[in-house]
Amino acid sequence: MRLTLRQRQVLWAYAFLSVALVFFVIIRWYPALLSFNIAMRDWNTFKGSGPWVGLENYAAIWDDMWKPRSDVRAAFTNTLGYVLYGVPAQMVLALAVALLLDRIRVLSTLFRVAYFAPYVTSAVAVAFVWNWLYLPQTGLLAQVFDILRIPEQPFTKSPDQALASIAAVAVWQTLGYSVIIYLAGIKQIPATYYEAARIDGAAGVRLFRHITLPLLNPVIVYLTVLSTISFLRLFALVQNMSPQGTGGPLKSTTTVVLEVYRKGFSSYDMGYAAALTVVLFFVILLITVIQLRFLTRRFEY
Amino acid sequence: MKTPRLMWILGCLTVALLGLVACVAPGMPDAAEPMADAEPEMVEIEYWQYNFEARVLAMDRLIEMFEAENPNIKVVHNSDVPYAEYRDKIAASVPAGVGPDVATLFYGWQTVWLDADYLVPLPEDAFPTAMIDDEFSPLVQASFVDGTLYTIPTAVRALAMFYNKDLMADAGLDPESPPTTLDELASQAAACTVRADNGDYEVQGFVVDLAAQDHHWFREVLVRQFGGEPFSADGQSVIWNSEAGQQAWDYLLKFKTELETGDRDLFDGSTQAFLAGRACFHIVGSFRLGTIANNAPDLNFGVVELPSHNGVQSTFGSYWTHGLTQKGASDPARMEAAVKFLQFITSDEAGSIWVDMVGELPARLNAGSDPELLADPKLGAFAAGLAYAQATFFVNEPDQRQALVDAYDMVVLGGEDPNAALDIAAETVQDILDAHYSQ
Repeated sequence: MRLTLRQRQVLWAYAFLSVALVFFVIIRWYPALLSFNIAMRDWNTFKGSGPWVGLENYAAIWDDMWKPRSDVRAAFTNTLGYVLYGVPAQMVLALAVALLLDRIRVLSTLFRVAYFAPYVTSAVAVAFVWNWLYLPQTGLLAQVFDILRIPEQPFTKSPDQALASIAAVAVWQTLGYSVIIYLAGIKQIPATYYEAARIDGAAGVRLFRHITLPLLNPVIVYLTVLSTISFLRLFALVQNMSPQGTGGPLKSTTTVVLEVYRKGFSSYDMGYAAALTVVLFFVILLITVIQLRFLTRRFEY
Repeated sequence: MKTPRLMWILGCLTVALLGLVACVAPGMPDAAEPMADAEPEMVEIEYWQYNFEARVLAMDRLIEMFEAENPNIKVVHNSDVPYAEYRDKIAASVPAGVGPDVATLFYGWQTVWLDADYLVPLPEDAFPTAMIDDEFSPLVQASFVDGTLYTIPTAVRALAMFYNKDLMADAGLDPESPPTTLDELASQAAACTVRADNGDYEVQGFVVDLAAQDHHWFREVLVRQFGGEPFSADGQSVIWNSEAGQQAWDYLLKFKTELETGDRDLFDGSTQAFLAGRACFHIVGSFRLGTIANNAPDLNFGVVELPSHNGVQSTFGSYWTHGLTQKGASDPARMEAAVKFLQFITSDEAGSIWVDMVGELPARLNAGSDPELLADPKLGAFAAGLAYAQATFFVNEPDQRQALVDAYDMVVLGGEDPNAALDIAAETVQDILDAHYSQ
C-alpha cells in the first residue's frame, strides 16, 4: 500500500502522540481503574493484595460517617469548607488583580511574575514558609500584630482558625494561575465594544458589569470548575501545615485526600482508602457537571 | 477524504496495543527475583532507618566495619526518609516490590507489621532464645510473640529529665539541685518561667507536649506514681482513665492551664525550645544527647532521673529494633547476609559504638553494664532508669498516641472537661485494642 505524503505525515503525528498516550495509560489510567477493583477488596497495603469483599468498604465508610468524632465526616465537611472559602475568594481576588494588572504598563512583567511565582513553587516549600509566618509569638504575623496592638492569633494552632488559615495559603498559592487566565480573557475582549459603550455614555462600573463580566463568562466557568476541583483535592498543604500531618488540631483541617492517604499508608487499609477515592471521584464528577450546566451562559450581541 | 478510515483503524490498533501493554504491566512485581546473577559472589542487601542524624552517622560507621569484615556483602543504607513518613514509605515500598531487607522499626510498631506478615521470625540458631534472655536487656522480651523472636535491637533507652543549668541560675534556683519530685518540678518550672509584658514567653519552665515523649510519661510514669496502672494485667483493657489516671492527667494539664509554664507550639516544639536555651526542664530519651552534641554543643545542661511521686520511681523504656523483611528472607544468599548483618549490629562492639555516637544504651547487658558508662554524669541517669523502666505493649503506637494528643487538645483548645476528654481517649484506645485482640 502506498501512502500519500499527507497520510504519512498524519501517521507520524500519531506515532509521536502515542508516546504521551502510553504514559497516560500506564501511569494514570491503569492505576485509576485498578483503584475501583481495590475498593472492592480487603486489601492490606503491606501485603499488596486481599480477598474480594464486594461493597463492604463503602458500607464501612457510610458507618464511619455517622460515628461520633468521625474522621471521614470531618474530612468531607472540611473539604466542603475549603471549597466554600477558597473558590469564591480565589475567583474574586484573581479578577481584581487581573483588572489591575491589565491597567499598568510600567513594570507589568515584574508584577505578573510576582503573582505567578507561588503557583510554580512546591506546596511543601510554601507550607514551610507559611508555618513560620503563622508561628505564634516569633512568627512574622505575630510580630506585626504586636506592633499594631492587635491580639496575636493562633492561626493553624486553633481548631477554629486552622481551616481558614490553610485555605488562605491555598488561595495565595494558586491565585497566579487564575490571574493569567483572566488576563488572557480580558485581552480577548475587543476594544471597540468599550468605545461604543463610552459613546453611548456608559462608564466605570457599567462597562465592567455589562461588557467585561459577561464576555468573561467562559473564562469564569473554566476557572470555577478547575479551582473547585483543586480545592476538593487539597492535600500537600494540609499534610505539611497540620500537627504531625494528621489534619488536626482535632481533625479541624483534614481533607478527603488526606484521609485516603492516612487510611492507605498509616492504617494500611488500602481497600478502604481506594473506596474513599472512588467516592471522591463521583463527588468531583457530580459537582463539575452541575457547575457546567448552571454556570455556562450564552450571550448574543 | 479517504484518509480518516485508515487513520481510524491505525489509531484503534494503537489504543488496543496500549491496552495490552497496560494489562501485562506491573501487576505484582516478584520481590523474590534474585539479583546480581553476573557476580554470584557479591551479595547486596538494603537497610532502612528513618533520618536522625546521630543514628545515621553511627550506622554508616557500623556498615563500614561490617563490610570490611565481609568483603562479599554490600549494605545499601537508606536513611533519607523523615520520621513522620517512615512507616508510610515502608508500606508503599512493599507493593512496589522494593524496600529494605533489614528495617529498623519502633518496637511499638511490631504488632501491626506482623499482622501484615511483613516481618519473618529471626532464625533460632543465629539468635537463640536463651542467649536473648541472658545477654539482652529485659525490655527486649517485647520482641517475642508467642515465644518467637521477630526483631532485635542495638540499643535501648529510657526517659530522664534534662535541665538547663544557666536558666535555673538566672531564676535564682540552685543548678545543682534539679527537681526530684513532681511537686518540685511544678514549683521550679513555675519559678523558672519568664514572660514579657505582653505575655510572650521568653523562658519556658516546662513544656508539655504529648506528641513527643509526654504520652509515654503519662501512661507509664505519672499514672503509676498516682497509684494506678495503665493497663489491666492481661494488657487488653485500658485503665489509665481510673481515678489515679485522672489525677495524673490533672497534673499534666496543670502546666498549661494553671501554672502556664510554656506552650508546645512555641519555638517549633519543646525539643527545639530546649536546644535553643528557651526551656528549663525537658523530659526526653537519651538519644537527645546525640542531638545536643551535634546541634547545641555549648548548652550547659544536666540530666537526672525522672522526678518521683509518693515514693514511686518509674520511667518509660523503649527501643528501636531491627527486623528481617519478607523481601530479605526471599533469597537464601540475601537472607544469610542479612542475618550476618543483624548479628553484627546487635553485638557488644556495635552497642559500644552506638552509645558513644547516639547516646542510647547498649541493649546487651554486657556492654550496658560498663562501669565507665554508669559513672557518666549524663548517661548515668538513663542507665539507672533502665533498672525500673516500664515498656507499654503497643498494638498501634501512632494511633494510641494520637488519642492522648486529641484528648489534650480537647481540654486545652476546646475547653472540654478533663475527665470527659480522658474517657474519650480511653474509649478510642480500647477500640484499637479490641480490634486487635478479636482477630
